[in-house]
Amino acid sequence: MADPVLQLADVNVYYGAVHALRGVSLRVDEGEVVTLIGGNGAGKTTTLATACGLLRPRSGTVTYRGRDLAGVPTHKLVAQGLVMAPEGRGIFPNLTVEENLMLGAYSRRDKAGVAADLRRGFELFPRLAERRKQRGGTLSGGEQQMLSIARALMARPRLLLLDEPSLGLAPLVTQAIFATIDRINKEGVTILLVEQNANMALRHSHRAYVIETGEIQFSGPSAELRTDPRVKAAYLGEG
Amino acid sequence: MQLLLESGDFLARLLQQCANGVAKGSVYALVAVGYTMVYGVLQLINFAHSDVYMLGAYFSYYPARWLGYMPDGAEKPKVPLYVLGLAFAFAVTACACTGMLIERLAYRPLRNASRLAALITAIGVSIFLQNAGQMVFTSEVKSFPRYVDQTSVPLGPIAVANTSLIIVVVAALMVGGLHLFVQRTRTGAAMRACSHDMRTARLMGVNVNATISLTFAIGSAMAAVGGMLIAMDQPRLTPTMGLLMGLKAFVAAVLGGIGSIPGAALGGLLLGVAESVVGTWNTTYADAVAFVALIVVLLVKPSGILGKAGREKV
Ligand SMILES: Nc1ncnc2c1ncn2[C@@H]1O[C@H](COP(=O)(O)OP(=O)(O)OP(=O)(O)O)[C@@H](O)[C@H]1O
Ligand SMILES: [Mg+2]
Repeated sequence: MADPVLQLADVNVYYGAVHALRGVSLRVDEGEVVTLIGGNGAGKTTTLATACGLLRPRSGTVTYRGRDLAGVPTHKLVAQGLVMAPEGRGIFPNLTVEENLMLGAYSRRDKAGVAADLRRGFELFPRLAERRKQRGGTLSGGEQQMLSIARALMARPRLLLLDEPSLGLAPLVTQAIFATIDRINKEGVTILLVEQNANMALRHSHRAYVIETGEIQFSGPSAELRTDPRVKAAYLGEG
Repeated sequence: MQLLLESGDFLARLLQQCANGVAKGSVYALVAVGYTMVYGVLQLINFAHSDVYMLGAYFSYYPARWLGYMPDGAEKPKVPLYVLGLAFAFAVTACACTGMLIERLAYRPLRNASRLAALITAIGVSIFLQNAGQMVFTSEVKSFPRYVDQTSVPLGPIAVANTSLIIVVVAALMVGGLHLFVQRTRTGAAMRACSHDMRTARLMGVNVNATISLTFAIGSAMAAVGGMLIAMDQPRLTPTMGLLMGLKAFVAAVLGGIGSIPGAALGGLLLGVAESVVGTWNTTYADAVAFVALIVVLLVKPSGILGKAGREKV
């Protein structure tokens, strides 16, 4: 069997004395959309930050395409295709839309490819094209989310980590964002998606992990979890 | 008729002072840029910056001395142009390296510590550099080599020193060039990104440590040029020459809006002109202008003339 794209094995992460991840293990295989769902403060953002090297596990290993990531700085991972669109979108308000997008391609040297991807990004999100000279801080929440995803795509990710892309968005915009996630995945990008909107996340992913208080509770194919009574009760507001 | 002549005199004198002020202010601007850039990225007032300026003056003194253009006692010979180029390159490189070294050794280990700890460290580095300067250069006043002979250039109703013109042109080119660099290039965008949010900059693939190093290198190089330009105009070097300059450049940065490069330029020019104009009436009050300006800005608009209330930096 091929190496998973991303694998966390028995990872423990602390913030000072706070034990934020307790023996977390998960894997993401090539071509998958895997979602990580859980309540506030469950450890979802911490998991993603650990996956891309912003946080270092006190014990356990993180491997990306078969390589241990211990000691590899985050900025080098971007060039290897491990890209994160952070929680809260992380738009640089003082930079224009276009500058934000170009920063996404910061690690790339292929000018022609970058220019082509910029055009593709504008095709994917025509709204951004209209606002390309506008400062990032002047965009609406939904537009900022589009910019955040488009910017991450500028790095040509092989594994895209998305932290709550639907946060604070109207239902229609949320649907558009998830449609984009489907489309990106069909084009060959593997995705690890963190969501509180469990309903949408389970509809648009292959497999799912449920995390609470820093521990993975259970996992399985998303279609199965959608009918799982534990999930229904806690995350789908049913039962 | 008499009155007219007098007021004409007065106008000419005012113009003359303004011209001198622009030259002085250009150096304030050059040095202020270093404060503003570092503050923009790290929210740190780099007190050691004024000492890097002092080092710039000394580093541009030594090449001429080493090459024998500073005989003891005798009339100083004119230094050929290539030595001037050498001195410039040496001072800029050595100061850029000093700035990066200061960041690496003193500030980086405290990146996640409290701001007060970093501030106190900055003061410590400054005291260290001044004392090291006293030891290495001695506290005796050194006379700067004759890189350029001062002449007076007529400019309409007034006359300005050629060194003043050089100062203004060089400073304008450097500060303008830096502004374009920060606004137009990929590396400049990375600097602006770091000043807003280092964590997200890292997620874009930006090497944050390298970007901060570069910020210190550029700011220090500008200070070095400032030190060299001042020494050409007033050829007396002392290890404490950075004190007053540092203070005024810092005020210039705050006045223009700390974090903003055009702000540093504007603040520097305003302060320089204000000092010169006040100096027309009373030279001892000239140095007080900076303090008054600082107090007024902090009272009226703490974010400075071009500063935004938010977190817009660099
Ligand atoms: N910088 C920090 N310092 C101390 N504790 C932290 C820090 N960041 C997160 N934590 C704690 O770690 C736990 C996990 O936080 P995390 O941000 O990963 O949660 P999350 O699942 O992403 O939550 P949300 O859905 O609200 O974004 C929480 O209890 C949180 O309080
Ligand atoms: Mg979170």
